[in-house]
Amino acid sequence: MLTMHNVSKVFRTDTVETTALQSFSLQVNEGDFVAVTGPSGSGKTTFLNIAGLLESFDDGEYKLDGHSVKNLNDKALSQLRNQKIGFIFQSFNLIPDLNLFDNVDVPLRYRKLNKAERKQRIEHSLEVVGLANRMKHLPSQLSGGQQQRVAIARALAGDPLFLLADEPTGNLDSKMADSVMSLLEDINKAGTTIVMVTHDLAQAERAQRHIQVLDGKVTEQDKQAAVVSPLRA
Amino acid sequence: MFFYYCRLAWLSIRRNPVLSTLMMAAIALGIGAAMTTLTINYLMSANPIPGKSEQLFYVQLDSWDPNQPYAEPNEPPDQLTYRDATNLKEARQAKLQAAMTQSAAVIEPKELGKKPFMAYLRLTHNDFFELFEPPFLYGQGWSDEADKSGRLTIVLSKKTNDELFDGANSVGETITMMDREFEVVGVLDEWQLKPRFYDVTTGAFNSMEHGYVPFKLRETLEMPNSGNTNCWKSPDGEGFQAFLQSECINYQFWVQLDDADAEQDYMSFLNAYVEQQKQLGRFPRPLNNRLSDVMEWMENQQVVDDDAQVMFYLALMFLLVCLLNTVGLLLTKFVSKSGEIALRRAVGASRADLYWQHLVESALIGVGGGAGGLILAWLGLQGIKSLYGDNLAGLAELDLTLVAIGIVLAIVSSLLAGAYPTWRACRIPPASQLKTQ
Repeated sequence: MLTMHNVSKVFRTDTVETTALQSFSLQVNEGDFVAVTGPSGSGKTTFLNIAGLLESFDDGEYKLDGHSVKNLNDKALSQLRNQKIGFIFQSFNLIPDLNLFDNVDVPLRYRKLNKAERKQRIEHSLEVVGLANRMKHLPSQLSGGQQQRVAIARALAGDPLFLLADEPTGNLDSKMADSVMSLLEDINKAGTTIVMVTHDLAQAERAQRHIQVLDGKVTEQDKQAAVVSPLRA
Repeated sequence: MFFYYCRLAWLSIRRNPVLSTLMMAAIALGIGAAMTTLTINYLMSANPIPGKSEQLFYVQLDSWDPNQPYAEPNEPPDQLTYRDATNLKEARQAKLQAAMTQSAAVIEPKELGKKPFMAYLRLTHNDFFELFEPPFLYGQGWSDEADKSGRLTIVLSKKTNDELFDGANSVGETITMMDREFEVVGVLDEWQLKPRFYDVTTGAFNSMEHGYVPFKLRETLEMPNSGNTNCWKSPDGEGFQAFLQSECINYQFWVQLDDADAEQDYMSFLNAYVEQQKQLGRFPRPLNNRLSDVMEWMENQQVVDDDAQVMFYLALMFLLVCLLNTVGLLLTKFVSKSGEIALRRAVGASRADLYWQHLVESALIGVGGGAGGLILAWLGLQGIKSLYGDNLAGLAELDLTLVAIGIVLAIVSSLLAGAYPTWRACRIPPASQLKTQ
């Protein structure tokens, strides 16, 4: 489903070169719940951005759903993001002027779905996260945990191949974080693949697989090494 | 997606009302200034008689001083002498022809309580009404016989008829001018040529005259003439008749020539006429006659004032400055939306999607600015009207075309202003923005 092989990424300015990823290899299979941990600056967010097609890479190969993404143009990358990837961010990234219904509607608009289908998907995904009765609320009228649930609903509405979550509980207290993690576990059990970057080792342990990244490389493999080989490209 | 973009634009405008208002105000100021000057220029240079402007010709004969042209480099006089005007009329070599000049007289209303008032009159021939086709409310122009005999007849403007007869059909009634009774033979409907091209010497943008009377009355009643009378030599003798027969110019002459052959024939006639006059000791300058159709004549007379054109270019530059301000404000606005833009990129919006979304927002700001600009333009025109009064009668008005131009100009301007900020906004790397929210 998601295969990276020897992917490198270097950020360059006029005077400085920073290697964010080097020879980064990883395979994520359908139904996985992968936690990615590592210290700040280790490259885990860069990995997530490349995996989410938000960032290009310099070398190596990245196949998404069996297709190389290396030379795709902006339109094709946008379509892939829209149809195959759902994002969950640490700071929720909800649009403050739009109510919950319209926030969840955002990715569907770019899918060019008709009104009835969009409505059905939005209602269903808000139902999954337990906020179906608050569709007309603005994000500011919700707690942090509820806002993250809306973000999850937005990610789910497009029925993506997998979810990419960047510190999804980083802005939440422990109770809300636990609630969001439980929701992610439920979503994973229902069949959605999840790749989650986190600092919280306890949460990482709740994932099916745990990858550690240091200096842009995968340094510690899955606890289920028998199931997954990171270099199986 | 267009309506979705419109909705997002509206929400975005509401989100930053102060910034949005500033942008609209900047565009409104620029559009207001541009539209005010554009309106003046547009109406000054508009074709006042589109159906006939290529068939109506203004006649110029070079009867001027042998030692210097009327105007450099070698321009013939812009009006005719009385003698030439009457001679050309009597020759009747064109399909229609009318000499004319402006005069003035006091009209004394018969109805008690109404005060006498000074009326501007056009002394002309009856072909005037066929040449320029003013709309008649009642009656018609006078007869050939009235032209020849100088009968005391008058065609009233609607305004004058309203003043004297409360708008009733006054054909057959008489009015008193110069202690004489003039029979009303016709009443015009509303009629305002913009510009009043048939006589630009007395103000191309003045109101139309209060009434129209036979040209012959200039001679028989010794009616005064308005406008400049220019002479290159003194009259040969004393008295009004000597003045009329002098080389002083104060008369316009228009003919209708329906095609190129007719124009050619009439020019040949004019040349022959001048040659004949040379035999009589007149026209000391080389042959230099002109026939100018309506638009050529307006160009020749520089009806669109140079100052108005300069003001228009200055207003366009002001609009440019306003747009540059708008560019800055839009940059600020769009950069403040970088989080939303990054989010939209992440969930599947292409750069093109975001470009269109923000162009729609720019256009909506342009519509708001355009509406404000039209209000400012209207206020500007009212100001010009109050400054110049009758001199710009009918000019300082926004018509539907100008309103449409104003809106289109505002939208195009705002799209231009929005192009760069939109491009910048779409280039924001989404990854960095999503992490920093």
